[in-house]
Amino acid sequence: MNFANLLKLAFSAISRNKTRAMLTMLGIVIGIAAVITMVSIGQSATQNTREQFSSMGTNMIMIMPARQHRGGVDMGHSSSRSLDNKDLQALEKGCRYVSGISPTVAAAAQMVNGANNHSGSIQGVAPAYLDIRKYELDRGLMFTEADVQSYAKVCVIGQTIVSELFPDGTNPIGQTIRFGSIPMKVIGTLKSKGQNQMGEDQDDIAFAPYTTVQKRFVGINYFNMLTASAITEDQSELAATEITHILRSTHKIAEGADDDFEVMTMEEMLTSMSQITGFLTILLSIVAGISLVVGGIGIMNIMYVTVTERTREIGLRMAIGARQRDILLQFLLESVVLSVLGGLIGIVFGILIAYIISAVLAWPFIVSSFAIGLSFVVCVAVGVFFGWYPAKKAANLDPIQAIRYE
Amino acid sequence: MEKQSNLPPSPDRRGAGSEAAIIEIKDLKRDFQVGDETVHALRGITFSIQQGEFVSIMGTSGSGKSTLLNILGCLDTPTAGDYIIDGVNAATLSRNELADIRNHKIGFVFQSYNLLPRTSVLENVELPLMYNKEYTARQRRDRALEAIRRVGLEQRLQHTSAQLSGGQQQRVAIARALVSDPVILLADEATGNLDTRTSYEIMALFQELHASGTTIAFVTHEPDIAAFTTRTIKLRDGHITEDIPVQTQNAQAALDALPKNEDY
Repeated sequence: MNFANLLKLAFSAISRNKTRAMLTMLGIVIGIAAVITMVSIGQSATQNTREQFSSMGTNMIMIMPARQHRGGVDMGHSSSRSLDNKDLQALEKGCRYVSGISPTVAAAAQMVNGANNHSGSIQGVAPAYLDIRKYELDRGLMFTEADVQSYAKVCVIGQTIVSELFPDGTNPIGQTIRFGSIPMKVIGTLKSKGQNQMGEDQDDIAFAPYTTVQKRFVGINYFNMLTASAITEDQSELAATEITHILRSTHKIAEGADDDFEVMTMEEMLTSMSQITGFLTILLSIVAGISLVVGGIGIMNIMYVTVTERTREIGLRMAIGARQRDILLQFLLESVVLSVLGGLIGIVFGILIAYIISAVLAWPFIVSSFAIGLSFVVCVAVGVFFGWYPAKKAANLDPIQAIRYE
Repeated sequence: MEKQSNLPPSPDRRGAGSEAAIIEIKDLKRDFQVGDETVHALRGITFSIQQGEFVSIMGTSGSGKSTLLNILGCLDTPTAGDYIIDGVNAATLSRNELADIRNHKIGFVFQSYNLLPRTSVLENVELPLMYNKEYTARQRRDRALEAIRRVGLEQRLQHTSAQLSGGQQQRVAIARALVSDPVILLADEATGNLDTRTSYEIMALFQELHASGTTIAFVTHEPDIAAFTTRTIKLRDGHITEDIPVQTQNAQAALDALPKNEDY
């Protein structure tokens, strides 16, 4: 019997027992829907993270003081004073793979403009910081190296602060606002960047020369951290190695001793993020795999029942000239059709669920054609694997006994 | 449309009464192993069936007639001896080759019809041709329609077996047996599930087919059914006890002689 006729036969056999077929397919439907949903959501999450990170600058490198432990208590990064002006100068001079570097010194401040006020933080940075973090000016100018040298009382503010302190739409450029008791002149405003992947408002920010924040706000001579950018994303690792090397020599760290600082590239952060999603993917894949095996066993069970029920039909087909191969293929195809049909329904459900989830989370909606292709192949494999023994049993029936079977 | 076949060419078997042997059985034995015991179902039988004969095979249960029918139908192979059907020795063939012989050369009619459930008359009759690659869909349909016409069911093409009477179902089974133009029709108690009137109607159909040249072997245990054939072979304990020509009765005449108002 040719393939088209066998396929027709499989469909008509299945359509005779619709309820049973539906129930049999359920395991496969659930398994495949889980796979599709999971892969799509996993990819959406990764894509979402990647988009967020690239808005922060994918070639960004962060240099922080090492976490300090005192008597077994983790004191965090900021308790250390290991990064200072000496390090900054050494890095500016010695790095070949770094296009820009800026210290960060943070201070909390109450910002006041007349009757309006806003609680936030002021970041002391170098002029290069805007490029490193991919901030762009909306109006006005960034402060210069000369402002850094002279501890100038100037600042550049983000859109959140603009709307908080200038609700009437006044042009903030040239206005003087107070940070606590310190008056600072606004010389520029930043374009909006929205939230980062941690949900923080990237527009609730004010930049001032780092020297100004060090001397006038917090009274320290070290930095909270340094932020650098590699020339290209590909050179991030080289730049990180170079930075580590230079800092170890300026800090006079002996061979084999631990760094008293940490260098982290965006790529590393991305990797650690995708490790989490990767682990979840594996976990859910196992669940989906189990569900597919259970579904497959369901198909196998029903195929055994079908073969027993249709023993006389098998006997008749053999008596009128069906070869063993014809019978084998007939039942194998029936099981594959059941499995693939279940898979197709599962794919539709999976896409639907993934769409709803990504819509709710406002993530990009991605349908993985790889996952769909894989699901299809897996369904065919499940159908063949679990249909084989029942089909073999049918093909090996003795026609004499089969045709008189009651 | 002449069909191509890998099997040896069969002689022209049209035209009743020509003296070519369709079936030759020589010293056929069939033993079964039941536990430690060997049961001799057939103990060495020899006979032949000529082109155009209508043979009844009779015997009580345990006589070996079912075993003989299985071997005649190429569902089983003998332990010893030769079974030559249309020039091919079926005793030496593999399972697949036997399937092809059944498909090309044999038409089965069973006691319980064995039609596929929820399947139309047309599709049931087409079924044997589905297992023969020589036929296109168009040829299958044409051959099936012709076979259905011969059994007089051309008005019932799309009926399923549940919508047909027992006699009609058996007619469909006969059409299915005829569709691949077999060298012999094997009927196994084909009237066993039918009442007398319907039995006679079916026998009249068999006589009609016989008259047009079809070779038929009819297994039965009812003497009044055997009386409609042309020759009777009687089996007992694995031996042939009798092989005699029959004073053939006309089934149509017998049908006409039945009381008209018999509970219909």
